[in-house]
Amino acid sequence: MARFVVRRLAGMVAVLFAVSVVVFFVFNVIPNSDPAERMAGKNATAALVENIEEDWSFDEPLPQQYLAMMGKVFTGELTSYEPEIPVNERIAEGIPATLSLAIGAAAIWMFFGILLGYLSAQRPHGWLDKLLGGISVAGISIPVFLLGPVLIYLLAEQLGLFPNGQYVGITEDPLDWAYHLVLPWLTVATLSIGFYSRVLRSNMLDAMDEDYVRTARAKGLSERQVLRRHVLRNSLIPIVTLFGLDFGATVAGTAIITESIFDLQGVGFYAAEAVGNLELPPIMGITLYGAFFVVLFNALVDVAYAYLDPRVRLGSEAR
Amino acid sequence: MSEPLLSVRDLRVGFATENGLVRAVESVDFDLAPGEVLAIVGESGSGKSVTAQTILGLTRSANARIEGTVRFRGEELSSMPEEKLRLIRCGEIAMIFQDPMTSLNPVYRVGAQIAEAIRAHDGEIGKAGARRRALELLDSVGIAEAERRADDYPHEFSGGMRQRAMIAMALALEPSVLIADEPTTALDVTVQAQILRLLGGLNRERGLATILITHDLGVVAEVADRVLVMYAGRVVEQGTLDELFYDPQHPYTWGLLGSLPRIDRPRPRRLPQIAGAPPSPLAPPAGCPFRARCPHEFGRCVELPGLEARLADAPAHLDRCWLEPEQKRARRQVEEGRIGLEVPAP
Amino acid sequence: MAAGRFLRNRLALAFLGVFVLIVLFVLAAPLWAEHVAETGPNETHTLEKLAIDGEQRDVVTPEGRPIGPVWFDAGGKFFLGADSRLGRDEMVRLMYGGRTSLLIGIASAAITTALAVLLALLAGYYRGWVDALIARTLDVIWSLPALLLGIALGVSLAVGGLKLGPIELSGGSLWVPVLIITVVSIPYVARPLRGEVLALTRKEFIEAAVAQGAGPLRVMLREILPNLSSTIIVFFTLTIANNLLLEAGLSFLGAGVQPPNSSWGTMISVGEELLKTAPLLAIVPGAMIALTVLALNIVGDGLRDALNPRAKIRLEAHAGRVEPEGAAV
Repeated sequence: MARFVVRRLAGMVAVLFAVSVVVFFVFNVIPNSDPAERMAGKNATAALVENIEEDWSFDEPLPQQYLAMMGKVFTGELTSYEPEIPVNERIAEGIPATLSLAIGAAAIWMFFGILLGYLSAQRPHGWLDKLLGGISVAGISIPVFLLGPVLIYLLAEQLGLFPNGQYVGITEDPLDWAYHLVLPWLTVATLSIGFYSRVLRSNMLDAMDEDYVRTARAKGLSERQVLRRHVLRNSLIPIVTLFGLDFGATVAGTAIITESIFDLQGVGFYAAEAVGNLELPPIMGITLYGAFFVVLFNALVDVAYAYLDPRVRLGSEAR
Repeated sequence: MSEPLLSVRDLRVGFATENGLVRAVESVDFDLAPGEVLAIVGESGSGKSVTAQTILGLTRSANARIEGTVRFRGEELSSMPEEKLRLIRCGEIAMIFQDPMTSLNPVYRVGAQIAEAIRAHDGEIGKAGARRRALELLDSVGIAEAERRADDYPHEFSGGMRQRAMIAMALALEPSVLIADEPTTALDVTVQAQILRLLGGLNRERGLATILITHDLGVVAEVADRVLVMYAGRVVEQGTLDELFYDPQHPYTWGLLGSLPRIDRPRPRRLPQIAGAPPSPLAPPAGCPFRARCPHEFGRCVELPGLEARLADAPAHLDRCWLEPEQKRARRQVEEGRIGLEVPAP
Repeated sequence: MAAGRFLRNRLALAFLGVFVLIVLFVLAAPLWAEHVAETGPNETHTLEKLAIDGEQRDVVTPEGRPIGPVWFDAGGKFFLGADSRLGRDEMVRLMYGGRTSLLIGIASAAITTALAVLLALLAGYYRGWVDALIARTLDVIWSLPALLLGIALGVSLAVGGLKLGPIELSGGSLWVPVLIITVVSIPYVARPLRGEVLALTRKEFIEAAVAQGAGPLRVMLREILPNLSSTIIVFFTLTIANNLLLEAGLSFLGAGVQPPNSSWGTMISVGEELLKTAPLLAIVPGAMIALTVLALNIVGDGLRDALNPRAKIRLEAHAGRVEPEGAAV
């Protein structure tokens, strides 16, 4: 098992290296215009462009440029040019909001996703299944940028039940913190609830056809015991995998749109800002940060999977 | 003759599909006496597995149509509610299946899966007690180092060991009937012999009545007391082991016997087969189901023969063939000393 | 037979109809623009007035408020109102924006699917280092969160455009978002397809074909591809839905469709600023996207069900055998 973990971590590093190279290419090597000009963004002056050229070694060969870029990333010298803010700092400032959004939404979507999926699979094709199925399909079809504004308009503006944005730190006021996050949590969770409930339902229906479920029934277990201990347990394994990746992606800041709509000053919000100003350094930094989390959670998920499915764990020793 | 343990009468099982009603079992009757080994033989699609699973109510589903009676110790199982039926499953009637790899849950340890069966029926025994009993059982079916092995996962067992573990699980609550659905089909021949020996031993030592489902007549010859031959969802012949092997009455049985490779005879140029294929369960033909493939069919065969005893001196040997017993004895001898289905060359 | 099954699925059929209606709706854009609204999607009417019920109303009030939905009161002009201080006809923009969104969605889905099939076939057939290379590349792309990668590419290309040999694209070209979305969504289709091809190539009929002397092209096109066709169809449908969402998200953030082009995504970002006073400006385009995506999802599900029925009983047509628990010998 330990060997497996080590191998996975080594793989992680390799992928991150490849990712950084890709990022490098996207930003510096895309054959179109002068990279320095692009880097300077919207309000470029000649002096700024020259500065950038030197700073980033754009006149040097490619490997040199790559090292220059990575050097900046790791020493925290990556800064956006207008305004001049160190990217790493700003990302760090944004993490609490992003984490709050991710963790809360994740808790909601996992709980309801699994519950709805389980209920659907219990009596397939029944009325409850069809109803929940419809809700699920609707859930995954409503994009965040529709749901968010609708929730804000209905619940915040019209009914005044919830605030329409802003992030309040948990240390400042836990209740207020949660109060401000309810709508964003719902917005992010809705899509995933639909998705997970459908996946779990599908997995459970497949599992119910398996031979070991027939054995479980033949052993004299009650239907509920069969569902919970054999069908559900086995069906959850792929769900754990998906969850790990999803959660990683959310922490990575893919909740960009939600954070923009609800004015939550997280990492995603920062990314949206940078896009608006066409600033490359922050986007570069956030992309690397994001990839790091995705790859990290990928590796974690693999390890978790090995823990949950003994066949994977003991791969080479199986007969 | 003591009261039969299990009594099946006119069992019919159909499944409603979008293409129509699939009639897996048309009509099956048989009894199982205490301590006897009854073999049910037939090819794929004959309905033998469905029959077995229906006994324990494992085929119940929204699109299943089940009729007929299945009486165990006088109680009617086919209409018994799930909560009562589950006590009988494994508790009184246990079942093992064809593929032990897929029949065990891959994410639980083997010992735990056996213990689960025990605790599902015995609320008092507790975790430690169940585990002790599981170890005993593993040991009793011939798994060495049971203590260590109980904590292994199914994929760490070999095929034969897995089947032994399944048998151990089936025996956990000392049932009076064991249904074994093709228990050796997925195993190597040498392992097959071991498992059959184990099953035979269990039957002799504990008086465990066994229903053995198989397509392999060699297996039948090893362990069976009585044999049921099924075709297209019906029983076409039924009798003791000797009766069936030495005096087979139904052409299908001749075909089965004739297609067995024999080590004590010169090798034929081609292994004899039964030409054709079984009828579709969506549209079963009228009359004798074997008609289309039977070289001996004649006018009367358009009428379904009843399952009856047609031999004066063997009242328990039943078959479904209109031919006279002398005709049968003559026609089944395709050549000197060999039984088969081919029409002998003139 | 599969077509019959699909046609019997009334829900899927209904939503297929919805999708067709939406397509017709956006295709009708030039007609509406010319004959009903008498304006283009980018024409501003800030200082103009509209004649409604004898009254003259400002298209955009001096305070900057655009007029709300007029419906048919002005003969169809400004049917959904004006879109912002710029006073553009929202309905016209909705239709033209829909064209852009659907164009990008469908084009990118087509290219993604085609490329994914190619990659999957190559990886699955040749295996070895070819597979390793393709799989690792897909992994790397997949490791970059879709939206972030899309933004990265979007911003990068929006400023400078793309010059690759003979191909030259300006930053504002619609091919840029198509390209970006294609790249970003390839792993989502290619990885599962690759898995299927790997599983298929293990089966004996592939060995048999190769033993008969079939070359790689023949095997891939005649043996593997037909077995993938159901999956490809379903994936294509669902990818259109996915790509629509991606395009909307990218455009909403400003990294997708660039002005002067507009799409449903850009319309939402414009409307979002006026959420308090004119919620419809953000909600209507969003609802259009949601409806289209919903329709595609339901149709995709219907296709999946029709092409791959999960019947507990499967009949083998030629032998007429039935083994309900699947344990045929």
